[in-house]
Amino acid sequence: MIYNDFTSGDSFIHRFDPRIKILIALFFSIITALSNKIPAILSFFVLAIILVLISKLKFKILFSRLTIVNIFILFIWFILPFSYPGKIVFHIGSLQASREGLINALEITLKYNAIILCNIALLSTNPIFQLTHAIRHLGAPDKFVHLFFLIHRYAFVIFDEYKCIRDALRARGFRPKTNFFTYRTYAYLVANLLLKSYERSEQVHRAMICRGFTGKYWVLEHFALKWRDIFVAITIFTAITTLAIIQWMKIL
Amino acid sequence: MHISEGVLAAPVLISGVAAAAAGCSVGLRKMDFDKTPRVAVMASTFFVASLIHVPIGPSSIHLILTGLVGIILGWASFPAILVALLLQSILFQFGGLTTLGVNCFAMAFPALLCYLIFSKLINGKNQSLAVIAGFLAGFCGVMLAVIIIAAALAISGEQFITVARLILIAHLPVMIIEGLIVTTIVVFLRRAKPELLKGVV
Repeated sequence: MIYNDFTSGDSFIHRFDPRIKILIALFFSIITALSNKIPAILSFFVLAIILVLISKLKFKILFSRLTIVNIFILFIWFILPFSYPGKIVFHIGSLQASREGLINALEITLKYNAIILCNIALLSTNPIFQLTHAIRHLGAPDKFVHLFFLIHRYAFVIFDEYKCIRDALRARGFRPKTNFFTYRTYAYLVANLLLKSYERSEQVHRAMICRGFTGKYWVLEHFALKWRDIFVAITIFTAITTLAIIQWMKIL
Repeated sequence: MHISEGVLAAPVLISGVAAAAAGCSVGLRKMDFDKTPRVAVMASTFFVASLIHVPIGPSSIHLILTGLVGIILGWASFPAILVALLLQSILFQFGGLTTLGVNCFAMAFPALLCYLIFSKLINGKNQSLAVIAGFLAGFCGVMLAVIIIAAALAISGEQFITVARLILIAHLPVMIIEGLIVTTIVVFLRRAKPELLKGVV
């Protein structure tokens, strides 16, 4: 359930320097989020699709992920057209849908999916070791780097622990319903997880001290920036910047 | 609880980043290196807890536990929640990079407030006061988070006011359920492991 399905794969994007991938993802997200013209947003959307295509991800998983995260967007389509004042296009009973509202909903849908696709292609394709290593290089404080790595590491361990308790509950015939008994049971489940984690954290800490932990995140393999990486990075950055300039200089 | 990418206005996004950065830098400074494993493991637990779905009528909600995060992690809530959100966006594509600031602030600030207001009562001698404080921490943790999210939407554009209102109303039952669950956890931990409730940082 919490396994990252996109790290496995062998494409150009997978081999691309994670530091550059993070920087591009950040730049892309900011510019797309701030865009407000449909043609510009559409081109960012296309750019994101190209990135995803290059990274040769499994289409089925990709599609199911996008469906899940788009539920919120569906909600927007039901509300925005009717709450945005403007030229009326159609109406359902007394609810009037405005043209501006529909355009706004379309803008949000495209922006959102463009950013999500870009994140899948550029962030989700990195194994966690590389991401941790990369954020360290990009200047994240040491303590933050450790938190990032350890929270990810132990989320998996504790998720297994949770599955154990959940299966035990099922084996005893527990069926969640809307009642106090269910809520109390879940409360005890979380309380037990917290208890176990607290004790585990003591063990982790002692183990780290035994291994000479001084607050540094050591890595064996270092990143080596290749000319190809730099070339591709410059191309993508230029593309995004050009689109941004065209948009905000009102050339479109 | 998230605001999606592509919805908020630039000033709101920037204020979110500034507020979250300030909170995180204080949080990180207050957290010694010795505390990192504890903060991390507890934060992972909350990360897992947020994947648990609790039924409510025909639908279900997932646990948020903002208030309890605050009680247990204290000032470390800010960096811990930031990491959790980052991981959510990498692993499940919930939320993205530009909304990290706003979303982090919307969850971590209520957590911190709950810690500052209710921690003393929850750890106090009086059991019934602790029960009430536990409920309020659970309730207010969600309530404040929802208010911040609704406000961020409403400030971003008039057209989002309806959405903001709906979000507030829809979360009312969530607040009550969270209150009940957090207070039950508090009572349990007061008996089983009182030092856990003292706050890591």
